[in-house]
Amino acid sequence: MKMNKPPPTPQAAAAQSAQSQSQSNAALAWRELRRAPFTAKFGLVVVIFYVAVAIFAPLLAPYGESEIVGAQFELWGEQFLLGTDNLGRDMMTRLIFGARNTVGIALITTILAFFLGGTAGIMAAVLGGWYDQLSSRAVDVLMAIPSLIFAMLLLTIFGTSILTLIIVIGVLDSTRVFRIARAVSVNVVVMEYIESAKLRGEGVRWITVKEILPNIMPPLVAEFGLRFCFVFLTISALSFLGLGLQPPTADWGSMVRDNATLITYGDITPLLPAAAIALLTIGVNFVVDWFLHKTSGLKDEH
Amino acid sequence: MNDILKMLAQRLSLGLVTLVVVSIIIFLGVSLLPGDAAQAMLGQSATAETVAALRARMGLDQPGYIRYFVWLGDILQGDFGVSISSNREISDLLGVRFANTLFLALMAAVVSVPIALTLGILAAIYRNGLYDRTVNIVTLSSISTPEFFVSYILILLFAVNIGWFPSLANVSADTSFFERVYACILPAATLTLVVVAHMMRMTRAAIINLLASPYIEMAALKGIPRGRIIVRHALPNAWAPIINVIVINLAYLIVGVVIVEVVFVYPGLGQLLVDSVQRRDLPVVQACSLIFAATYVLLNLTADILSILANPRLLHPK
Repeated sequence: MKMNKPPPTPQAAAAQSAQSQSQSNAALAWRELRRAPFTAKFGLVVVIFYVAVAIFAPLLAPYGESEIVGAQFELWGEQFLLGTDNLGRDMMTRLIFGARNTVGIALITTILAFFLGGTAGIMAAVLGGWYDQLSSRAVDVLMAIPSLIFAMLLLTIFGTSILTLIIVIGVLDSTRVFRIARAVSVNVVVMEYIESAKLRGEGVRWITVKEILPNIMPPLVAEFGLRFCFVFLTISALSFLGLGLQPPTADWGSMVRDNATLITYGDITPLLPAAAIALLTIGVNFVVDWFLHKTSGLKDEH
Repeated sequence: MNDILKMLAQRLSLGLVTLVVVSIIIFLGVSLLPGDAAQAMLGQSATAETVAALRARMGLDQPGYIRYFVWLGDILQGDFGVSISSNREISDLLGVRFANTLFLALMAAVVSVPIALTLGILAAIYRNGLYDRTVNIVTLSSISTPEFFVSYILILLFAVNIGWFPSLANVSADTSFFERVYACILPAATLTLVVVAHMMRMTRAAIINLLASPYIEMAALKGIPRGRIIVRHALPNAWAPIINVIVINLAYLIVGVVIVEVVFVYPGLGQLLVDSVQRRDLPVVQACSLIFAATYVLLNLTADILSILANPRLLHPK
């Protein structure tokens, strides 16, 4: 019985392991990041760049968001780096502010969709029974209507303001979130630790937040990225059709539409906002693709 | 065999219910509007009496459920009502435009389905190789790109710079078939580029899923050559997912057509829908949404039915 070192108290051991856990988690994440494929790194850089531009838009932009600074359709040059648009506003400025408006609104909409769909989906899995049946069937029907068409119908009825846009797209998209949130939660709900939590007398809220949510986080995070891309593309498409963000707000979709005539003269300026949309979506998709590959263990090598 | 009939009946009735619910939603949309169609047609300056008279003539004084059945009955007989902005019969507008939209979607489908299936199956067979990784990056980028971006790039390259194809897809009733195809080349190419990426990724996922099943591994361990495994063992079970992929993407095409039609000023249903939304011409929006939604629901229903019919386990019950 040569026990020269007393065993640490349980609390101390737990604290120590928690600390080293979080440390090693950070280190692990960093190592994964460095070993990530080129596409994922590229995607991360793109996302960070867009966030920075959106946050510092007023500092970066040479002019005001809807300030008319020159003649219509001026060429690229010293004064106007990327020329001016159909009303004589600086293209570069509008592009920079577009990062804030278009991306910001897409982000808010996605968060709304996740809040609604996520809550309803997890609840459907936890509560089961008639609530599950009812909400699942309702979602099935809503998903049977193509969302772009549905969005256009609703926007005709309620009119096109930013708030209606966010609510309409958020609600329509929450059906997709509902599906995935329910599907992943159903697998967790049957686990023994949920059973034991129920037997302990924990409430639905506690079980959802403490037991289910941590276990379904990875697929939900990945889905958040994909949903964001989808929402972003839908809002851009609606704006391009003149049904999304309304002037004078700088927005990439409507910028393409307003300046599209330039393309027939071989000028690529109207393509820049479209390229900005594409680049961000590609970036997010690359990151999500890598994240999914890492977290789901889905490596195709069966 | 009874099982199949039961499943088919189940799916068909579910599809029918969906259609009815969709029509109710679209109908209800209009009743949510402040004021009604009579008010909208006569404008704000109309007296209360004239509005009431028109309302009675249009049947707007009836209770909601009666109006719904009248509306649905009219639509089933091909009467979609009258456009508010142009005062024309909506059914006159719809016929030609729907045919144009179907023509464009079909043209894109004829090109994209074979390409997507071939590329997808190849990516699944040579998975994790250089080809697969390249294809993954290319399709991921293609999916992430808005349709109007692809359209304008194609216009810039092939219409403005080289001048091979027209940038406006201008067709009318007396355009000949070949002129029509020529006019639709760029819009169809846009749709193809976007849809091939989707379809390919789904095909690849479906095939990989299948190749991972134990009976395929068993066949490989028995020493059956690879080509024979694919054709004799994998393919019969692959039909269902492949059909699913194709039909889902056809449904996607029908909707994706909206933006492409606007870019190329193609006289299809999508353009009519967008124009009517801008004019807030609700009867036309209603009619277009209903047609788009019904096509979408019917295509998805077809996918379900075909995959039930193509499932070997259901066709050869024990």
